[in-house]
Amino acid sequence: MIEMYILLIFMITAAIIAVAAKDLLSSVVAIGAVGIGLAMAFLVLKAPDLAIMQLVVEILSLIILVRATTRKDLPFNISGRWVFNTLATILFAVVFLVSAYASLKFMPDLGSPLMRVSKVYLSEGLVRTGAMNIVAAINLNYRALDTLGEATMLFAAIIGVLAVARKIGRKG
Amino acid sequence: MNKSPFRYDRGMTLIVKTVTRFTLGFILIYGIYIAMTGHESPGGGFAGGVIVALSFVHIMLAFGKEVALKRLRSNLIRLIISLGALVFLFIVIASFAGRCVPINLFFARDISCHIFNNAVIIPICEMIIVGAGLFAIFVALVLLSKSDKEFE
Repeated sequence: MIEMYILLIFMITAAIIAVAAKDLLSSVVAIGAVGIGLAMAFLVLKAPDLAIMQLVVEILSLIILVRATTRKDLPFNISGRWVFNTLATILFAVVFLVSAYASLKFMPDLGSPLMRVSKVYLSEGLVRTGAMNIVAAINLNYRALDTLGEATMLFAAIIGVLAVARKIGRKG
Repeated sequence: MNKSPFRYDRGMTLIVKTVTRFTLGFILIYGIYIAMTGHESPGGGFAGGVIVALSFVHIMLAFGKEVALKRLRSNLIRLIISLGALVFLFIVIASFAGRCVPINLFFARDISCHIFNNAVIIPICEMIIVGAGLFAIFVALVLLSKSDKEFE
């Protein structure tokens, strides 16, 4: 469990650096360090599927952040209306902390999850679906409609970009 | 040459272009491998699709935006993306409604056909859609935010 705490301390430090850094590029790199730490944390918790996913998505989002943010002058205005901003921040932080405390009381401990539904998946998954990887079995069999919804969302993104970037029928 | 609107974004140096030309196919094949073996080892269609999208991002970073946008505009790629979406939709809806509607075209009663659907066809469709979708999001966020004149 000690490596988990080391990773958590690393990620929290990187997040603080990302908030406090003056340069936009260094804060983006610190965000990438947080994501890589999260991927290693998934590996420590014995979830290689999630680790692969987190790693590749982190690389892609890091490239997008570097290309999309560093060349522009983003308007960053901290002057004016600071009373309202501070009050709103404190209010939302209090609401989040109270609700998180109230809901975390009912969560089971780390390592002893609720197994009401997933017991059936684990015991019958290999026989009924024929997939060695139980994550793929659940994703593509028991939760196939979820996967279809996710693909539909990405397909809507493709259609939107193709409609914006088209050449035929564009004026001027 | 200087009149080209892409003159400030024509890619990186010759070293990067040559290395990209060598490694591009391997990255693409690795993404397909991750998607195809998702039933036996960690991975799956989504992770493979992200790796495929990363290979297209690799092209764009190395060769500039002209080459990448030309790939997005080709009709064959649009046909492949739409076919992937339609096949995926058909398989899922047909298996959802398979009890009441007699469209058991793919869905034989034995489990081997079911495994073939779930281990080969759906990951490939998901890989195509995810790869194209994430690359489209990348293009929308990075390239299309400038003025319109640069894309004509």
